[in-house]
Amino acid sequence: MSEHHSHTTEGHEHEEHAGLTKSKIWQVFGILLLITVIEFIIALVVLPKGYMSHGVGNFVYIALTLVKAFYIVAYFMHLKYEKLGLQLSLTVSFIFIIYFIVLMLIEGGFLNLHMLSH
Amino acid sequence: MNSVSQLDQVKTGPWNGGRSPWSVEYGKIMMWFFLLSDAFTFSSLLIYYGAQRFSKLTWPDPDLVFQSIPGIMDHGAPLVFVGIMTFILIMSSVTMVLAVEAGHRRSKKEVIWWMIATIIGGFMFLGCQALEWTHLFHEGFGWGEIPSAEELKHLFSGDVSLVAAQQFSNLFFTITGFHGFHVFSGVVINIIILIMTINGTFEKRGHYLMVEKVGLYWHFVDLVWVFVFTFFYLV
Repeated sequence: MSEHHSHTTEGHEHEEHAGLTKSKIWQVFGILLLITVIEFIIALVVLPKGYMSHGVGNFVYIALTLVKAFYIVAYFMHLKYEKLGLQLSLTVSFIFIIYFIVLMLIEGGFLNLHMLSH
Repeated sequence: MNSVSQLDQVKTGPWNGGRSPWSVEYGKIMMWFFLLSDAFTFSSLLIYYGAQRFSKLTWPDPDLVFQSIPGIMDHGAPLVFVGIMTFILIMSSVTMVLAVEAGHRRSKKEVIWWMIATIIGGFMFLGCQALEWTHLFHEGFGWGEIPSAEELKHLFSGDVSLVAAQQFSNLFFTITGFHGFHVFSGVVINIIILIMTINGTFEKRGHYLMVEKVGLYWHFVDLVWVFVFTFFYLV
């Protein structure tokens, strides 16, 4: 049918039924496990011994969390192999979340300042 | 396509709707958008938690609050138990992808076994969460309840704040509770899909797309846990 036709002409053949291979699945699992182990090392060794300040530690935690989230969404949820349109409509919406985060943290920070000065 | 009349014929031009823009099956798109809305719900809960934490001068130290392995150690093992929980959930996510992968090959037997493994993982996670909640209840935490000011001294690394402790307690149970509810519904849905697989429903249908759809949901639950883990136990 027309759908299949346009598929082959676009050259997306392999994404139809290929999906993830078993070795790739275990590779992603290894990455997720490794990141979690790094987070534990930071929490149990690096921070208590003072190699890193808590502020920097929190940034590292959040960055590592986002990397984990990327691997789960891209590979386990298969989004990396979907069409750009679906990828965009699902990810661009997070602009609202980012806006909300900025908004609420500014608000929280202001209250904190207010409490300090009283 | 003989049954299609001339008027209903599929248009082939890309601007006439002749090409599926996402080429994803309908149910899967709907699952994605459900998950997007669910992500917004979880985000608002976590963002409120972040705003509360930002507004307080002190906050309970997670390394001091979560340092027990229920039934084995009461003190001195920060992050170990939640580490086990995280591992269980990641592991069950892997077995879920393996079920989806087996579904692509239409191997009914493998789908069944991987689905069973996923369900066991889900139950193990729920069991761990029940143990952790019970432990915290015994310490005096709960919705609207916190331990006495004397006991709280051991849970803060700086000054003690009753308001911060109360906010922490309420938000911890609300957010992990909401997540646990998702895990529970995920397990129930997984069991339904397992039964359908055993009955051969998908074999007759010719595809295992339903396994992929519940897979999306299950991975989303894992995804949310990654964030809950970071913001409650690490930061």
